Amino acid sequence: MLDRLSFPQPWLSLTLFFTWQFLSDGISGGSVVLGIILAWGIPQMTRRFWPDPPAVMRGWRAPAYALRVLWDIVVASVEVAKLILSPRQPRPMFICYPLELDHPLAISILVSTISLTPGTVGADVSDDNKLILIHSLDAEDEQEIIDTIRARYEKPLLEMFR
Amino acid sequence: MSTFAEIAISVLLLVGGAFTLIGAIGLARLPDFYTRLHGPTKATTVGVGAIVVSSVIYFSTLGRGIGVEEILVTVFLFMTAPVSANFLAKAAMHLEVKTTENTRGQTWDQ
Amino acid sequence: MILIALYITIAMVTLAALLNVYRVIKGPDAPDRVLALDTLYVNAIALIVLLGIALQTRMYLESALLIAVMGFVGTVAMAKYLKRGSVIE
Repeated sequence: MLDRLSFPQPWLSLTLFFTWQFLSDGISGGSVVLGIILAWGIPQMTRRFWPDPPAVMRGWRAPAYALRVLWDIVVASVEVAKLILSPRQPRPMFICYPLELDHPLAISILVSTISLTPGTVGADVSDDNKLILIHSLDAEDEQEIIDTIRARYEKPLLEMFR
Repeated sequence: MSTFAEIAISVLLLVGGAFTLIGAIGLARLPDFYTRLHGPTKATTVGVGAIVVSSVIYFSTLGRGIGVEEILVTVFLFMTAPVSANFLAKAAMHLEVKTTENTRGQTWDQ
Repeated sequence: MILIALYITIAMVTLAALLNVYRVIKGPDAPDRVLALDTLYVNAIALIVLLGIALQTRMYLESALLIAVMGFVGTVAMAKYLKRGSVIE
């Protein structure tokens, strides 16, 4: 019973509360009450969907990773734009990427990153969380793409979720 | 409004519009579903992101505060674009959508 | 200067929306159409933001936020339907 009244995800609750204050026109009694109700209700309703938190999460590494991804998104968009506007046909390829990460949250961050960055879309994760299927828009060499993803994105995530 | 802000806003608007257009051209021009998936997830997301950032700069130089809505829209778009691309790719693999002849590698469906 | 850039951008985004409509009509498969609709709602968000700048009002931004949320839910529901044959199991 006590668990029904708690905040299972304190950071999510805080984010929801402050976002609600910014979204409403000025902070008032009503917006604070509604904000608390949302900050309590939404984590409670969605608690079954969240994976267990990882054993160690080094959150201070997240901003550097986010900046690198943001920069790569811009570079990737320019590359895709060049390819779309050039007359030659792209050389698409499906690639199986063997995962080293095992936490579900880390895997979903990695797949999202892959989808937003250089010429690749993460298409599927195998049921045993060991392989990702990647579709690459314009690939020369399978191994090169796997090595790039491993060095640039998976290593920092491994450091973050150990 | 300062000249610098005006230039920044105009350039961001034009870059955003160009990327949105390129994403749509990719959607219309590329040969199969999986290649078409790349245009909207990258070019269009960045294009709309640039337009929204220019709106943030515009209203903050007019002195109307920083827009939380704009920032929320951008964050939301960047978070959801890969998720919906992933869902659509799974659906396409399930339906065994045709790929172009020069595609290497195999899809799977589980 | 902003006004000229604004008009050019609106023209480009509208053209992009027309290309998306072309893909919705042409298909050839259901996932292509859903993808085109997904891009179309992102373009609609861009047009709403541009309208807000043109009219110098921030009133429309909340509708942009709503379209972002509803469009995502719609795309996921359609993709789920295509894969499983039902949305809620």
